[in-house]
Amino acid sequence: MTKVLPFNLSWRFVRVWQRNLVVYRRIWLVNFFVPLLEPLLYLAAFGIGLSALVGTISFEGRELSYTAFIAPALLAITIMYNAFFENTYASFVRMYYQKTFDAMLATPLSLDEVITGEIIWGATKSLIATAIMLAVISLFGLVRYPHGLLILPLAFLGGIAFGSVGMVFTGTLPSIDMFNLPIFLFISPMFLFSGTFFPIDGLPVWVQHLAIAFPLTHLVTLTRHLCLGMFGTHLLWGVGYLFLFSLVFYPLALLTMRKRLIH
Amino acid sequence: MPPLVHDIILTRQQCAAWIIFWRKHAAMPNPARYIVEARNLTKQFGEFVAVRNISFHLLRGECLGLLGPNGAGKTSTIRMLYGFSPMTGGTLRVFGIDMRTGWRAIRFGIGVCQQENNLDPDLTVLQNLEVFARYFDIPTKSAREKADRLLRFIALENRKNDKVTTLSGGMMRRVVLARALINDPELLILDEPTTGLDPQSRHQVWERLEELRSRGLSILLTTHNMDEAERLCDRLIIMDHGRILVQGKPSQLIREYAGRDVVEVVEPSPEFRSHVKSLNLMHDNLDHRIIIYGQEGDRIFEKMTGEYCRDNCIRRMATLEDVFLRLTGRELRE
Ligand SMILES: Nc1ncnc2c1ncn2[C@@H]1O[C@H](COP(=O)(O)OP(=O)(O)OP(=O)(O)O)[C@@H](O)[C@H]1O
Ligand SMILES: [Mg+2]
Repeated sequence: MTKVLPFNLSWRFVRVWQRNLVVYRRIWLVNFFVPLLEPLLYLAAFGIGLSALVGTISFEGRELSYTAFIAPALLAITIMYNAFFENTYASFVRMYYQKTFDAMLATPLSLDEVITGEIIWGATKSLIATAIMLAVISLFGLVRYPHGLLILPLAFLGGIAFGSVGMVFTGTLPSIDMFNLPIFLFISPMFLFSGTFFPIDGLPVWVQHLAIAFPLTHLVTLTRHLCLGMFGTHLLWGVGYLFLFSLVFYPLALLTMRKRLIH
Repeated sequence: MPPLVHDIILTRQQCAAWIIFWRKHAAMPNPARYIVEARNLTKQFGEFVAVRNISFHLLRGECLGLLGPNGAGKTSTIRMLYGFSPMTGGTLRVFGIDMRTGWRAIRFGIGVCQQENNLDPDLTVLQNLEVFARYFDIPTKSAREKADRLLRFIALENRKNDKVTTLSGGMMRRVVLARALINDPELLILDEPTTGLDPQSRHQVWERLEELRSRGLSILLTTHNMDEAERLCDRLIIMDHGRILVQGKPSQLIREYAGRDVVEVVEPSPEFRSHVKSLNLMHDNLDHRIIIYGQEGDRIFEKMTGEYCRDNCIRRMATLEDVFLRLTGRELRE
């Protein structure tokens, strides 16, 4: 019944995106506060608390303060969290409890457009949160410009990657409590072992190999280089990986959601 | 699924062109012009057949009622009608457009009240209508005007800035109705519009629907309320187990399947039961009562009641509920 191709896609997914924007603007203050205050919290805890213990960290031949080392990772984590949580918990609530998608499917929108709108919205939330956080971190002199501005389109790309994979879980998991599973198996290991709070070269080799498969590893590498003003063609590998990751999981998200919702 | 190329090409202009073309066409006196034309429609969920090869049509300006016990296949049928669920078999034309290829153009002309209230709880009443208007490409300014007009129509203009979660069930249902009208549909599809409402709210909804009907809107509705079906619908389809049992005007169905007058006898004596049987009358023999359906001019009731009844007899008009129960049986559905 569910045919893989063709996809029913048009620009109309923007309508779904707009709907989420209307809701977002109702509680924009809450939405702004988290990315505004979160980096301060982390920088205070890790940067001040932990840096006395850690000292400096060497990264690609440079000695970095611990604060300078983790600040870009905070950006990458924000990108991951915003899109992933939007397209898991929030999308699941809209799909399952509020029946928002069912209502949309009585209008000239296709399911593929609804899901695309949701994923693009998740990426937009990543983008907004990253922009706010970038501004805060910049105040501490931890971002080099203009390189740092490239983090914004990167946030959008990363948002699509993490949102798509989140949407695959939304399309497959039977209940909202079960999101604990992908968070435990997928998000938490990435949060810890993607070169976020310590470099991965210190880890056993097999863990390093595993870490290379994590999209967050590539995202952290990218944000770190851009924050430090280090630019090189080797960064394109990371971008390419995020593209590839999206290219696999975005169609998979459409398929799993079709299987779930179209009967 | 329609082919990709088709979907990208079918822009708003083309949808509009379709509808204009169709409207012109419809204005011509053509008796064969149907709003809905379903032929051998079938819906299967795996092995289970929810809708079996049904054929029906809906005329312009008509209100067609779909009746049937729980699980009869009403919602499954309706969902195919607005392109929500793909048909397993058969052909379906709405506004003369083939559903398989033109679902998007069709949806521009349909308003739907789904069985569950699925208003957007994140939004206010007004925002619910405005956001929905956007799905139909209605510009912001005219969306606001339409929303205001519809909120007056359902008498909820003073609640327009409230969150929908603060509304009562009846109010929500009215908002769902208003939302279904935001695109000025040609066809309104209502899946149990008044289930769970108190009599006041129910009558409110009925009055709104009667007004819409008088404006010439075509309506397809399902209901478990026989008064509603009789009051609102020009024509009825009674279905069960995914099949159409009968279709026709409410009054005609009553005459045909329940007669004119009904006598119900509570706890009838065994002699009475056999007496009724021997008279060869249309009747239902139940555990604790016997129900006899009399045709026009059947004088038999006067005789019968005098002879066998004291205070355990009720004489009343035949109703649609009699028809429904006679055709679909009295057993409970799982
Ligand atoms: N998604 C589905 N998967 C499997 N079976 C389904 C699905 N949807 C409906 N059915 C089955 O199809 C049959 C018809 O269901 P449908 O919802 O069309 O009934 P209905 O006439 O609308 O009933 P009600 O009056 O209770 O709303 C039921 O037996 C139901 O269990
Ligand atoms: Mg139903």
